[in-house]
Amino acid sequence: MTQPQKPAKIILKDGSTFTGIFFGQPKAVAGEVVFNTGMVGYPETLTDPSYRGQILVLTYPLIGNYGVPGKAKEDGLLKYFESDEIHIQGLIVADYSANYSHWNAKKSLGEWLQEHDIPGVTGIDTRELTKKLREQGTMLGKIVYGRHNIEFIDPNKKNLAAEVSVQQPVLYKKGRRRIILIDCGTKNNIIRSFLRRNISVLRVPWDYDFTREKADGIVISNGPGDPKMCQKTIRNVRKALKGNTPILGICLGAQILALAARANTYKLKYGHRGQNQPCLEVGTKRCYITSQNHGYAVDSRSIPRGWREWFVNNNDQTNEGIIHTTKPFYGAQFHPEASPGPDDTEFIFDAFVKAVNM
Amino acid sequence: MKKVLVLGSGAIKIGQAGEFDYSGSQAIKALKEEGIKTVLVNPNIATIQTSDYLADEVYFLPIDVHHVTKIIKKEKPDGVLLSFGGQTALNVGIDLDKKGILKRHGVKVLGTPVKTIMDTEDRDLFVRKLREIKLKAPTSKVATSVEQAAKIADQIGYPVMCRIAFALGGLGSGVAYNQQELTDLVKKGFSHAKQILIEEYLEGWKELEYEVVRDQDDNCIVVCSMENIDPMGVHTGESVVVAPVQTLTATENFRLRALAIKTIRHLGVIGECNIQFAFDPRSDDYRIIEVNARLSRSSALASKATGYPLAFIAAKLVLGKNLTELENSITKVTSACFEPALDYIVLKFPRWDLKKFRKVSDSLGSEMKSVGEVMAIGRNFEEVLQKAIRMLDTGMVGLVGNQKKFRNLSEAVAKPTERRLFAIAQAIRRGYSLDKIYQLAKIDRWFLGKIKNIVEVEREVKKHRLQNLPKPLLKEAKRRGFSDVQIGALTGSVETKVRQKRKRMGIVPVVKQIDTLAAEYPAKTNYLYLTYDGSGNDLDSRAGKQIIVLGGGPYRIGSSVEFDWCCVNSIMTLEKLGYNTIMINCNPETVSTDYDICDKLFFEELSLERVLDICDQEKPQGVIVAMGGQTPNNLALPLHKAGIKIKGTTPGNIDRAENRHTFSGLLDKLGIDQPEWKELTSLKAAENFANNIGYPVLIRPSYVLSGAAMSVALNKEELKKYLKKASAINKEYPVVISKYIIKAKEIDIDAVAEKGELVCYAISEHVENAGVHSGDATLVLPPQRTYLATMRQIKKIARQIAAALQITGPFNIQFIAKDNSVKVIECNLRASRSFPFISKVFKLNFIDLATKVIMGKTVPAIEKSSFALDYVGVKAPQFSFTRLKGSDPVQNVEMTSTGEVACLGDDFQEAFLKSLQAVGFKMPQKTILLSTGPVESKADFLPSVRKLAEMGFEFYATKGTADFLKTHGLKAKVLYWPLENKEPSTLSYIADGKIDLVINIPKNEQREELDNDYLIRRKAVDFDVPLITNMQLAKRLVEAMSEKSTQELEVKSWREYE
Repeated sequence: MTQPQKPAKIILKDGSTFTGIFFGQPKAVAGEVVFNTGMVGYPETLTDPSYRGQILVLTYPLIGNYGVPGKAKEDGLLKYFESDEIHIQGLIVADYSANYSHWNAKKSLGEWLQEHDIPGVTGIDTRELTKKLREQGTMLGKIVYGRHNIEFIDPNKKNLAAEVSVQQPVLYKKGRRRIILIDCGTKNNIIRSFLRRNISVLRVPWDYDFTREKADGIVISNGPGDPKMCQKTIRNVRKALKGNTPILGICLGAQILALAARANTYKLKYGHRGQNQPCLEVGTKRCYITSQNHGYAVDSRSIPRGWREWFVNNNDQTNEGIIHTTKPFYGAQFHPEASPGPDDTEFIFDAFVKAVNM
Repeated sequence: MKKVLVLGSGAIKIGQAGEFDYSGSQAIKALKEEGIKTVLVNPNIATIQTSDYLADEVYFLPIDVHHVTKIIKKEKPDGVLLSFGGQTALNVGIDLDKKGILKRHGVKVLGTPVKTIMDTEDRDLFVRKLREIKLKAPTSKVATSVEQAAKIADQIGYPVMCRIAFALGGLGSGVAYNQQELTDLVKKGFSHAKQILIEEYLEGWKELEYEVVRDQDDNCIVVCSMENIDPMGVHTGESVVVAPVQTLTATENFRLRALAIKTIRHLGVIGECNIQFAFDPRSDDYRIIEVNARLSRSSALASKATGYPLAFIAAKLVLGKNLTELENSITKVTSACFEPALDYIVLKFPRWDLKKFRKVSDSLGSEMKSVGEVMAIGRNFEEVLQKAIRMLDTGMVGLVGNQKKFRNLSEAVAKPTERRLFAIAQAIRRGYSLDKIYQLAKIDRWFLGKIKNIVEVEREVKKHRLQNLPKPLLKEAKRRGFSDVQIGALTGSVETKVRQKRKRMGIVPVVKQIDTLAAEYPAKTNYLYLTYDGSGNDLDSRAGKQIIVLGGGPYRIGSSVEFDWCCVNSIMTLEKLGYNTIMINCNPETVSTDYDICDKLFFEELSLERVLDICDQEKPQGVIVAMGGQTPNNLALPLHKAGIKIKGTTPGNIDRAENRHTFSGLLDKLGIDQPEWKELTSLKAAENFANNIGYPVLIRPSYVLSGAAMSVALNKEELKKYLKKASAINKEYPVVISKYIIKAKEIDIDAVAEKGELVCYAISEHVENAGVHSGDATLVLPPQRTYLATMRQIKKIARQIAAALQITGPFNIQFIAKDNSVKVIECNLRASRSFPFISKVFKLNFIDLATKVIMGKTVPAIEKSSFALDYVGVKAPQFSFTRLKGSDPVQNVEMTSTGEVACLGDDFQEAFLKSLQAVGFKMPQKTILLSTGPVESKADFLPSVRKLAEMGFEFYATKGTADFLKTHGLKAKVLYWPLENKEPSTLSYIADGKIDLVINIPKNEQREELDNDYLIRRKAVDFDVPLITNMQLAKRLVEAMSEKSTQELEVKSWREYE
């Protein structure tokens, strides 16, 4: 109450408005409004490139508690973040904690947002806002500052993967075996997951024709937006499907893999974003708790011959993964690399690496 | 699996409370749903789980190997559930398994195997299991010499904690930061102990808990994470706890989750369990403290915190179900195989009643002392903290605004007591930096920062008068959990004015649902809370035929699971009558806060403000205040004045019974006798009055501030001493003095009336003479030793009072009977503690009847007299003195028991012996220590001693008693009094296990002997030797023992008593 408060207004496409207080950088932004139900992990979530173009609502009300860590690097990657920048357009929370406490924190969430020129809004009934998104589906929205109004922007009309992908190939050297990571907006932890298993990673741009490169495995990363925007990637992957090199698609990557196999994808009403999505491994009694962040999904009815459903969401029965019946091709709609989230499905990396090492 | 035996947890005691009624009830529901027959053993008659509509057979019998074996032989169950009845059930289960009884009778342990239970219960085995998978437990080793201690300390690394084995109250324990300090410490230690435990020092580490569920197909989920605000060193049951974890990063949180799952898989738990971690606040180092391979207090809390029905799901899993087959009972469409996402924060605050006990220390540590807890739900920390503090119902208005003084503030911040958080607020007010407070208290700075926010809002609000309090500030104060009372006090106004103002400004709370998925899917249930941190309601309230039942709040001494039984039964009757039911309660250990019990559950404060808020929202037809004990009863008049319809007896009449003056006047008018009493406002007047009526006198201080205990004064000196100690005596805080009648019987009547006409009643007599609080007394139903004429008088008086106060609903009157004259000592126009007992003994649900008449439904007259039973019910108190180090284990006018049991028998002796064993009384085999008080009581007890001698018991006695026995031809070996410091002494005999039973009848007069007696009693409790301190109880015990042995006690189910 000591600092002057800057009022913020959130306007959704359906006309509903919410008023709160700015933290971070007070400024107007527009994007697609989505909610995430994870209770921890804002430094990881905000730097996840899959959130490109989105205004993120965190349903857990108390945010900022443990501050934000420093920029320590490991293997050329920021140790505590999922990419080098904050990708969300804006952050909406209920009760921001400027007072943070953690031995590893270097600054507050507000300071960090400000540094990256991203607005945060606190004092919002995020549950009420989330219910709107649940009932009416993901909506366009904007955060308004002062009297300056801005237009709604639909980020899905852009090729977001192209925006967040690396421009040039980057090699992360570890062991003799090497995978190619098609970067449609990869999280650092996908790279770390291979480096930890002594696999070198060649990270290539989303539209890079990797088919000419020698690879022990191909990984199609997660990323933002509509998978159908990544036509070049789909075409390249389709070529790879003719061979036998192991392929793993994660999240957007899994959708691209499905499209390459000539399955179809569609937009979910409000997506899966959180750390508690149960995924049943088809044909088993095993269910895994997964970290997710996707607005699009593979249509399970469109899965072509030679492929089968690998995982199914145990809440809404949507597809959560596909697998080739004979070749080492895997697509996981969730995030086996977690970060933030449970590590239940890390075994997918183990299985894939095994295939890579064969 | 056709028939399953479920072991309950018995009486409520410190460390094992109502949470097991919740878990057992859920388990039985889950089994029934699968078509499995259930047999329940639980002598806790006040529980919901022992209702006639749940288990197929209920045994009100002791949960011990002897009785459970007999039940197994009789019922021949296929399986047994050990993990739903707390430590009691687990221990008995392990014993049954060890003795081969389960195997012999083909009873399968469902869920977590006994081997796993043992691995978690035995410290060494547990550490070994963790080592197998390379996980860390705190290191500790026993040293028997200074050199060895130094060696161990070197291995562990400094600082180390040195614990002196068997030191009372941690005496002599300490932290050593280097070898010099260690040498000093252990040298001192070895002067009075043979062993010293050298332990890794984890003080200041965070303490975290995770609730883990696992099925037989190895699906494993973590349902809830919890963080103790108090760091390591304070028992989690004594800690303020929040869920979910607040101060860990995602990496840390998911790492602990992974460790939890790894541990649980390795141990092989099936069902539900709890794992506790210590976590270094300066790095990512951790220790696994323990695993509870059963439902626990924490799992009950986690269930209520998340809406995930842990006990219900666990019961399904132990039957072999797969997690993915089970549905989320809140959304009804999503899976039970998920981890709840909360969009709120919950905070648990323990409730202590330490002032009720004599000589007990107020410091909190590794031993649990709290008797209950509350849980607050909200959308920010400040809100839940302040709500929880009010929910405790100890008169506090929130974190700030209480009249609390701290003599040594730094110490009050550093030392864990129930006052510490308030001291921290005060320290912030005084300008202590958060760093300084952290150094003292080791409570994470994040929590301290939130406390600071509350103090800052207080400071801002205080600058204004209510009239000019700006709207944004008022709104912020409400958002940060300030009540109208608090704001009124800060702005020179009162609650009602604040309420008017804020409602005029449109500042009202919103209703939110708990849905387990943070709004991702709509909830089908109405598990609700109110918050000011929000703009939208989750419910469109509809004013239908809604009735609110107010719950009992936190369990505490005097108000426990019995009121929860009343509330739940009332709700069930209302539902049958076609009403939509609303429950308001804030106690996570209850069944009434299960969201499947009622149409709408508000997990909320039982305060005037909050109940009115809910009434504003829900527009109920009325509120029932008669079921939840005194807490809701106290709200009757204020709610009525605020325009809320109170169902049943009118608030005016409730008040006439509550108000000592009007009630006394009424008794006089009706010609009903009562002990002489007077309200006094000066020491002189008190002395004069006591002189007039004659000693002994009973003194009741004003409860408003002091919370001081009632007491008995035998003479003028004691009266003066007491009144000086009980702080103020003046016009504002008068003292009530009444004649203390000795050697009289005490009798209770529990009844239901309709428009002043008695519908049904039950008269029970106390075994103990008047002077033992009715809550600590042993109750007998129907009475065995009360004159018929007395019974007639009691019934007549009950009729008169019912008519005079136009009672509609439940009520209870307590009487003192001496010779044939009867005096009324108390009257409550609400359900009393004994309603479940009388209802279950009679097999006539008094609450069902009461609820019907309250709702204006006439019930047919019940022709059931107290004498028609062919069996007897005996209700016995459960004490928790073992847990309360130093407390004097003696019954007096203040209630000190924490729970109760009741057993049935074909006669009094049988029911009595069963009930004693059900509260853990071990029948003596050979030796009894007697110190039987003043001469007249020695004489009184003489025939009993003769009987014991005939039965072959050997006696030990203190000098006076031994001499007395000798003159009457009875032999007793003389032992020295504790303070004589000579061998053979009473204390060493007790400690060495040479005594099976201590009968110690205290005499009050002499200070010296009081200390001696106290030391004997305390020793008995500390060494788990049965102790009797009441003459009537001792006599009845001897009688019963001479007539029946434990082997002869019948194993009959509740149904079989007809």
